[in-house]
Amino acid sequence: MRWTSPGALLGAILVALVLAAALTGAVWTPYDPLQIDFAARFAPPGARHLLGADAFGRDVLSRLMAGASTSVMISLLTVTLATGLGSGLGLLTGYVRGWTDRTIMAFINALLAFPGILLALGLLAVIGANKYGIVAALSIAYTPVVTRMVRGVVLSLREREFVEASRIMGNSPIHTMLVHVLPNCVAPITVLATSMFGWVILAESALSFLGLGVPPPAPTWGNMLAAARPYLGQAAWLGIFPGLCISLTLLGINLLGDAVRDRLDPRMRGLS
Amino acid sequence: MLRFALNRILMAIPTLLIVAVSVFVLIRLIPGDPAQIMLGDLATPASLEAVRRSLGLDQNIVVQFVIWFSHALRGDLGTSISTGQPVFGLVLERFFVSAQIVVLSVAAASLFAVPAGMIAAWRQNGLADLGLVAAATLLLSIPSFWLGLLLLMLFGLKLQWLPVVGYVSFSTDPYHALLYLIMPVLTLFLTEMGVILRMARAATLEVMGLDYITHARAKGLSESAVLWRHACKNAFGPTWTLIGLVLGNLLGGIAVVETVFTIPGLGRLVVDAIFARDYPVIQGCLLFIAIVYVLINLVVDLLYPIFDPRVGAE
Repeated sequence: MRWTSPGALLGAILVALVLAAALTGAVWTPYDPLQIDFAARFAPPGARHLLGADAFGRDVLSRLMAGASTSVMISLLTVTLATGLGSGLGLLTGYVRGWTDRTIMAFINALLAFPGILLALGLLAVIGANKYGIVAALSIAYTPVVTRMVRGVVLSLREREFVEASRIMGNSPIHTMLVHVLPNCVAPITVLATSMFGWVILAESALSFLGLGVPPPAPTWGNMLAAARPYLGQAAWLGIFPGLCISLTLLGINLLGDAVRDRLDPRMRGLS
Repeated sequence: MLRFALNRILMAIPTLLIVAVSVFVLIRLIPGDPAQIMLGDLATPASLEAVRRSLGLDQNIVVQFVIWFSHALRGDLGTSISTGQPVFGLVLERFFVSAQIVVLSVAAASLFAVPAGMIAAWRQNGLADLGLVAAATLLLSIPSFWLGLLLLMLFGLKLQWLPVVGYVSFSTDPYHALLYLIMPVLTLFLTEMGVILRMARAATLEVMGLDYITHARAKGLSESAVLWRHACKNAFGPTWTLIGLVLGNLLGGIAVVETVFTIPGLGRLVVDAIFARDYPVIQGCLLFIAIVYVLINLVVDLLYPIFDPRVGAE
């Protein structure tokens, strides 16, 4: 099966590695990621510091592991919030229709009228740039995408015979939605959530890179890259390892996402 | 055709209104007195009163919106708190810097990625396809700001072929302007290539499975005639829409690349304004970028019938 295609396997391994690094990073790192040690300033990768040390002599590997757990936690929270809220709104607007639908969709379309990361930037300006600000801003920015997708699926499902049958049997709308409509939305929601995980990792590291994410000294891959910028000439590893972490994570998620989509959405099989 | 165009243009008007309302509301959500925020620490009771009157803050929120929006329509987005410059001029000036990078890179990326995607689809599961898809997936996974840093380390620091950071405008010094533009454009060119290639491939594959392609092959047309005359046209439509989206999304996302190369563009303006809590500038930028985004999508839709005459014919 396609699950065992080399791409899917590589994707699964990469994602498993990131999750393992994040879990480990939450409880144990080789050094304290915030420990300043001027003796180790710009120590190149070697036996003492496997991936080198930064401008304050902090261990890069430890900081990358701590950054992994921060990024994974932010992404999990954001994806859970956005898919939960988005699916709820999508079910509601698709199934109830009428004024509820029109009012909620007007909001959703307003949010969708902003390109990419811009909405998150605007929201961060209001909420304030920190860990929870990012989760809130990105959740609000990605909820509309889920809502619109789920609403579309629900709109096509609600005309199907089995939904009508449930209605005729006298089941309440809530029962019909949760027991008969929602299970049929799970596959497209899973596909979307998988890619969203990647979008959030990317957006979070971009915002941290801009200085609008998790504030230093707490390490994230994005703010480590931003901090490395002045020292790229003398300490190239500072600019390479955090970016490599982001890229390998995204590569894993993209490969796994393609596999999940091929598996759950046969119409798309092999298309992209 | 004319009806389609008119319809589509009229449909953009409510979207633009919604955008204006959301930008207005978003900035109003910031706690505090807008007059105090706009004047900053230099506020005197008299100047506060004057600003409140000119913004209509003594009236209800709908009137306030109408006042703000009618000013915005006339190109008056207020003045920057930190520099005192009119926001509209500032936004426009920065927009041209970003726009030249975005347009150049997306045009170049489309020029390469669309044919490459079609070739990949044509040779589905062949060596060329596997190679192109692998390259596209890899490019898709590299964030633009890291790719920018890598290029900067290679061409700027190691080989010293190109200037590291900065920006010169074309009107002052075309040669150096070009040198400064190469790396940011190359960065976005590579990043966007992955997205566009995958889309072009998917769209072509979908078309290649249709009956009329089998028919074209069955009547003995050569592969190249089938691909270029029959498949290509229909496959380009979805890709064209994606290119429009990429263009708009980049205007929102270019801040990171501008940060890497220290380019004074629109993205950097938004980020700096957020740091400086320069709310008129944040508001102006959000409104301007969102409107440009809506307009790009409008133009993309209006041009769509050129590639797919079924759209717009009704």
